[in-house]
Amino acid sequence: MAQETDGRPVVTISVDGAPLEARAGEMLTTALARSGLLRLRQSPRNGAPRGAFCHMGVCQECALHVDGAVRQACLTPVRAGMAVERRGVL
Amino acid sequence: MSHDVIILGAGPAGANAALAAAETGLKVALFDQQPEAGGQVWRAPLPGLALPASPEKAGGDALRARLAASSVDLRLGRTVWSVGAHFRLDALGPDGNETVEAPRLIAATGAHERVVPFPGWTLPGVIGLAAATVLLKSHGALPGQRVVVAGCGPLLAAVATGIVKMGGTVVAIVDLAGPGDWLRLLPALATQPRLLARGAGWALKLGGKRVPVHFRHGVRAALGADAVARVRLAPVDAQGAFTAGPEITLEADALTVGHGLVPGNELPRLFRTEQTFDRRRGGFVPVLDAFGRTSLDGLYACGDGAGLRGVLVAEAAGQLAGLACAHDAGALTAAAFAERTKAPAAAAAQARPFSDAMAGMMALRPAQVAAIPPETVVCRCEDVTRAEIEAAYDDGARDLNQMKQFTRCGMGPCQGRFCGDVAGEILAAKVGSREKVGTYTARPPLRPVPLADLMGSFDYGDIPIPRPAPL
Repeated sequence: MAQETDGRPVVTISVDGAPLEARAGEMLTTALARSGLLRLRQSPRNGAPRGAFCHMGVCQECALHVDGAVRQACLTPVRAGMAVERRGVL
Repeated sequence: MSHDVIILGAGPAGANAALAAAETGLKVALFDQQPEAGGQVWRAPLPGLALPASPEKAGGDALRARLAASSVDLRLGRTVWSVGAHFRLDALGPDGNETVEAPRLIAATGAHERVVPFPGWTLPGVIGLAAATVLLKSHGALPGQRVVVAGCGPLLAAVATGIVKMGGTVVAIVDLAGPGDWLRLLPALATQPRLLARGAGWALKLGGKRVPVHFRHGVRAALGADAVARVRLAPVDAQGAFTAGPEITLEADALTVGHGLVPGNELPRLFRTEQTFDRRRGGFVPVLDAFGRTSLDGLYACGDGAGLRGVLVAEAAGQLAGLACAHDAGALTAAAFAERTKAPAAAAAQARPFSDAMAGMMALRPAQVAAIPPETVVCRCEDVTRAEIEAAYDDGARDLNQMKQFTRCGMGPCQGRFCGDVAGEILAAKVGSREKVGTYTARPPLRPVPLADLMGSFDYGDIPIPRPAPL
């Protein structure tokens, strides 16, 4: 998908080991959604797909691993080189 | 004691409380999880992101400038995870855990979204209406390219307009209310002509884009495999129950849906202050005096977290709570307190008809809860269905905490914030009243925090091991 530039530098992060272009400072949820990565984890009991829901740090549905630590994607701005992992159930 | 007063939440209520208290000379610490003050309504755009001017951005910028120029000790980007007696607060910030103490605490923790569950509401691509306002105002992002905007209350028009402005397509607006419900509110809305004009502006902008509006309709289901692809609508009656009538299926890559807000009143609940159930105010709220004092000495509450009244009342209630703190701390004489509280008390009274009307549109409709299918997940965190909640009742659970222990409903990482209100309503339909069912017991941690972050660089070797006793 073509990206309109908005003045913020384009950086590369990795998602599950694959490189992904994102804009420095944008929310991780936004960067992932632009590439169609809406599914961020699966629910613990039914294994159903889940993605960002409240976007304000309350619901924990967007929790994933950033550089090895559990983080909420909706509260995590993109930094060059950050390693994001969706490890399934959190 | 490190401070005279700690304030939790830097939205319109908390920030105004901080400014009012600091002006009297009190040493104030103001905490918020977000990196900038403003709360959800005045949320700042992310750094480096140029967004068009709006009244919300202007209001937020003015508030942030006043805070920066004040003596308030700003502790932003902090996750407050523990508040202990008299009052010790622990928060996780960029430099690890930090602790402050003060004899007074103001809870201004705002509200979070209520979504009455329907099949498919847990699919990726289904987000809250308030969530959509965060994307539009702060992240500069669209919820999707083709969006259905559904639910009730004033956020419907605000979100739909924001999506259109940013170049997205609103497939349809789906409003539980009918045009007549809105018309009946006109006299109350007209008490705030500036806001009424904005609402009319939204309607005009949307009219120009020919966005279909389905009044008196609700979302029956969101459909899709890995993400939402279609949204099925059905007509509802005045109480929000589905009625016989043609269903409508829309193709969409996002659904933003919200059925009002729930006060985030976990701090007063944590301290077991007196609570009351007030449907119009969003659910269980702390009992307060006219200045925001709870039933516990030194603990105050204001803003939507103390009962939904909206931003205009929140600003005034924040000022009143800040002044009450100053008075109770001995920094304001009774006469000065009486003088300074006049203007904010009048502002709150003036805003009340408007805020009552809006809160009424967003109150939980019991008939809507009654329509949740049995196999639908109510607790997102633990995948607990409506049928399981009702089975817990059959097994003897008579209040929300018993039901939680039977089912794990409310035991997951959101700590019951998204299921508590609806699960309470489901159980109350069997038990008889929300008061009997009560609320989940609030306990620390107030928010989940990674243990590794609290530990910092400490490890096992840092634990002091006492010398063994001599034999």
